[in-house]
Amino acid sequence: MQFIYSGITSGSIFALVALGFNIIYNTTGIINFAQGEFVMIGGMLIYTLLSIYGIPLFMAVPVALLLALIIGILFDKIFIKLVKVPNEINLITVTIAAATIIRGLAMVIWGRNTLNVSGYIPYSVISFPGGSLTSNSLLVIAVSLLTAFSLSLFFKKSSLGKAFRACYNDKMAASICGVDVGHIRMLAFGIAAFLGVVAGIVTAPITYVTYTDGVMVGLKGFAAAILGGLGNFWGGVAGGLLLGIFEGFFASILPSGYKDAFAFLIILFVLFLRPMGLFGKKKAERL
Amino acid sequence: MKKINYLFLFTILLILVLTKLLIKNEYYLSIVIFGLFNAINASCFNILLGYTGIISLGQGAFYGIGAYCAVITAASYGISPSIAILMASFFSGILAFVVGYPTLRLHGHYLAMATLGFGMIIYVFMNEMAFLTGGPSGFLDINKFTLLGMSIYGESEFYIFVASMFFVFVVMFELFDKSFLAYKLKFIKESEFASKSFGINIFRTKLLTFSLVAAITAFNGGVYAYYAGFISPVSFNFHYSIQLLTMAIVGGVGSVSGGIVGAAILTALPEFMTAIEDYEMVLYGLFLAVTIIFLPEGLSGLFKKIVGKNASN
Amino acid sequence: MKKLLLIGMLLIFATGSSFAEYRLGALFSTTGPASFLGMPEKQTLEMLVEKTNKNGGINGEKIELFMYDTRGVDAEARKKFIRLVKRDNVNAVIGPTRSGSTLAIKDLAEKFQVPLLSCASSDKIINPLNKYVFKVAPSDKHAVRKIYFYLKTKGMENIAILTAQNGFGDSGRDALLSEAEKMGLNIVADEKFRDNDRDMTSQLTKISERNPDAVICWGVGPAPAIVAKNFKQLQIEAELIMSHGVASKKFIELAGDAAEGIILPAGRLLVAEKLPDSSKFKSMLVDYKNEYESTFGESVSTFGGHAYDAFMIIKKALLTAGKDKEKLIKSMEEITDYIGTYGIFNFSKKDHNGLDKDAFILIEIRNGDWELLES
Repeated sequence: MQFIYSGITSGSIFALVALGFNIIYNTTGIINFAQGEFVMIGGMLIYTLLSIYGIPLFMAVPVALLLALIIGILFDKIFIKLVKVPNEINLITVTIAAATIIRGLAMVIWGRNTLNVSGYIPYSVISFPGGSLTSNSLLVIAVSLLTAFSLSLFFKKSSLGKAFRACYNDKMAASICGVDVGHIRMLAFGIAAFLGVVAGIVTAPITYVTYTDGVMVGLKGFAAAILGGLGNFWGGVAGGLLLGIFEGFFASILPSGYKDAFAFLIILFVLFLRPMGLFGKKKAERL
Repeated sequence: MKKINYLFLFTILLILVLTKLLIKNEYYLSIVIFGLFNAINASCFNILLGYTGIISLGQGAFYGIGAYCAVITAASYGISPSIAILMASFFSGILAFVVGYPTLRLHGHYLAMATLGFGMIIYVFMNEMAFLTGGPSGFLDINKFTLLGMSIYGESEFYIFVASMFFVFVVMFELFDKSFLAYKLKFIKESEFASKSFGINIFRTKLLTFSLVAAITAFNGGVYAYYAGFISPVSFNFHYSIQLLTMAIVGGVGSVSGGIVGAAILTALPEFMTAIEDYEMVLYGLFLAVTIIFLPEGLSGLFKKIVGKNASN
Repeated sequence: MKKLLLIGMLLIFATGSSFAEYRLGALFSTTGPASFLGMPEKQTLEMLVEKTNKNGGINGEKIELFMYDTRGVDAEARKKFIRLVKRDNVNAVIGPTRSGSTLAIKDLAEKFQVPLLSCASSDKIINPLNKYVFKVAPSDKHAVRKIYFYLKTKGMENIAILTAQNGFGDSGRDALLSEAEKMGLNIVADEKFRDNDRDMTSQLTKISERNPDAVICWGVGPAPAIVAKNFKQLQIEAELIMSHGVASKKFIELAGDAAEGIILPAGRLLVAEKLPDSSKFKSMLVDYKNEYESTFGESVSTFGGHAYDAFMIIKKALLTAGKDKEKLIKSMEEITDYIGTYGIFNFSKKDHNGLDKDAFILIEIRNGDWELLES
């Protein structure tokens, strides 16, 4: 049973990253390979604010989130907007280039060592039938799900959220109705970076932060988004949780060395049976 | 149909010969050899991406399969290395066919994910099947490379062999570029729907290309293993596949020279940056970003433009 | 474009032109997963070379250091080794950090006839013996034996192992399995994790179901700290033992309370001040430790000690033999009773490691610090 609890913990992080992938995919049609780097940046930012500047937590988190929005918007302005021929492959490669730059800068700024962020809430072990979770892991799950819910509310209820959905459904029609498509894309990167930083902040006490962390988290998040169906909001969440549980499950029943191979094997099988992911449609109606 | 670009082939040949004549230092020669290996892989990647629109993030795996199969069969069955490399190449082609059969029906990002997943799975197997591969510690017992009874060892001898192999592949790529198949593939890439209505079996064409490219990559990998004298899984992981992608893009997608130019520059670049080690990653990323942002057709596109301008003047 | 080429050419010639008397090469993995180990090695070597040059060099000649990053990738180690030998014309090479990278250049060292002093631990580096390849790091089996002797005296027989899926974990696993057989211990579980795994509860749950007396974790970097935390979370009733891969203050910092009570084999460097005054190692270790910590403002790591030993050995050899490579090898083979950070080195024609199992001592983590478990 333990694998379910730990699977949900790591899965909820994959879910947040997958949401970031989906939001950018829906507005630009590309995969942002720097999504994992946003998670790493989140951990680094909170470490800097808490441990170096000694800012209290209730102030550090909003500052980090604000910085995230700025980073996301700058990301769009610096990398995506400038590409002369913005076809799919050029845009994807520019995100790879951006990821490399971010990782390299993080190494220069924060060094190569793994950094430790102390827990936000007192440490305790909570027992469940057949396993246990730490208080920090529970926090990760709670924050991730809360973020996903509020984001879906934002898309459904707010006018800006509606503009997002309009943009995804039909860019041309949206722009005729007065939606500034470029503006929406910029915001999409802002929100994606925001999600990444949220993930980075909540996991930092459990997983620590190293400048190379973004690569694996990004890949797993991409896998989760694909598993759930690219562009599908709740599909991404489900994909993330499922991927987390798969990993834990295979590590606990098979020789653990092979666990990653089996997690990816499952994804391949899902794709062969349902080429658009578990919950994907040719073009999903809703965000 | 366009004519074969003999000038291009001749230039490549000239550069290869001049390199041999002018560069005596084994260090520079070894960098060129690495560049040639990368150039073949990047060109293969380029054919997939530029001609068929397949983003394969699992090319590193085929490279690794070629390397491991070649050295394992040679070491355990006493087969001569050159035969072992051919076998490895054949095996990899078959494997690509088997993997490609379900995978190539996928599109766009789903296909990218599937190939990436395949690469990951192979990487795990290279690490875990220690009884065959030596595991993460690497494979040590690589025989000396022999070709038709001649032993090939050292940078200088290997350069001759790898350069010849490279040239043969370049000629093949050029023939391919000007062949009917390439037109067919580009047509598919432009519009699958239209090409279907012309009676082209898209899936079969893609699968054939994918398998052939995997076979060439594996052949290259087999030779690499004998050149390096030691292989371990880290050389064939996801990062290598991404490197090939960047080489193809920087060089220019959809042309024979693209992969070669990209590989040459991105192999040489880090060697110039050893003095500023800490900033290497940032500079590499910046170089990549600037190329994509300002040179959408890659560096080879830029060269063509310059040459074209001069010619028209 | 032409200008760029010209600048490039100039750069090549400018960096390769000045010929100092002693040219020392070094390959460390300062980025990538093994940077944990490579950085202290790099910094130690830089510090020592600077100090030696300040004091007049070796035989009155200055040392010029050429150092490259292997990124923990074998192909990179190979390229950079050829660069050291063929472009920088070095007299000897220290490193690489990782076993895999060392094995990748072992045959090249012989081909180019350049002495190589590896800082990696795999036994395969010196076995089969290659005339030009030395190893200053102790073998894994020494560490494993130290642990197993301890477990035997405590009457523990059922052991679970949890190893990293990299070169370090893999060679540790080999030693753990083969020595267990020799010493009659039962391996009841054999699990693995990846360097970038961030949750090990699945593996540990499986391990705890087999009721081992002790769990031995073999890895480097942040992953073992996560193992320690998860171990505590699952309240497994067994002794947790780590490898020398975590012998750096960073580990205690990361694992926090979960590090308490963990036992590990490590070099004496960690407990330099706590060694009895009679110990031959004490003064030298304390000096190195203080110097390193005051220069770089961070805790010393036993991996830096490998670079320290390698440099001292090559310095000794250069002092007596000069630059001639054959003489250099011969004089290194003649070094005996050198007191290094990892024990007393006694090289010979047949032994290019020169250390025995006393290289390691057992250490327990108590109150966030290293304590000598026995000497």
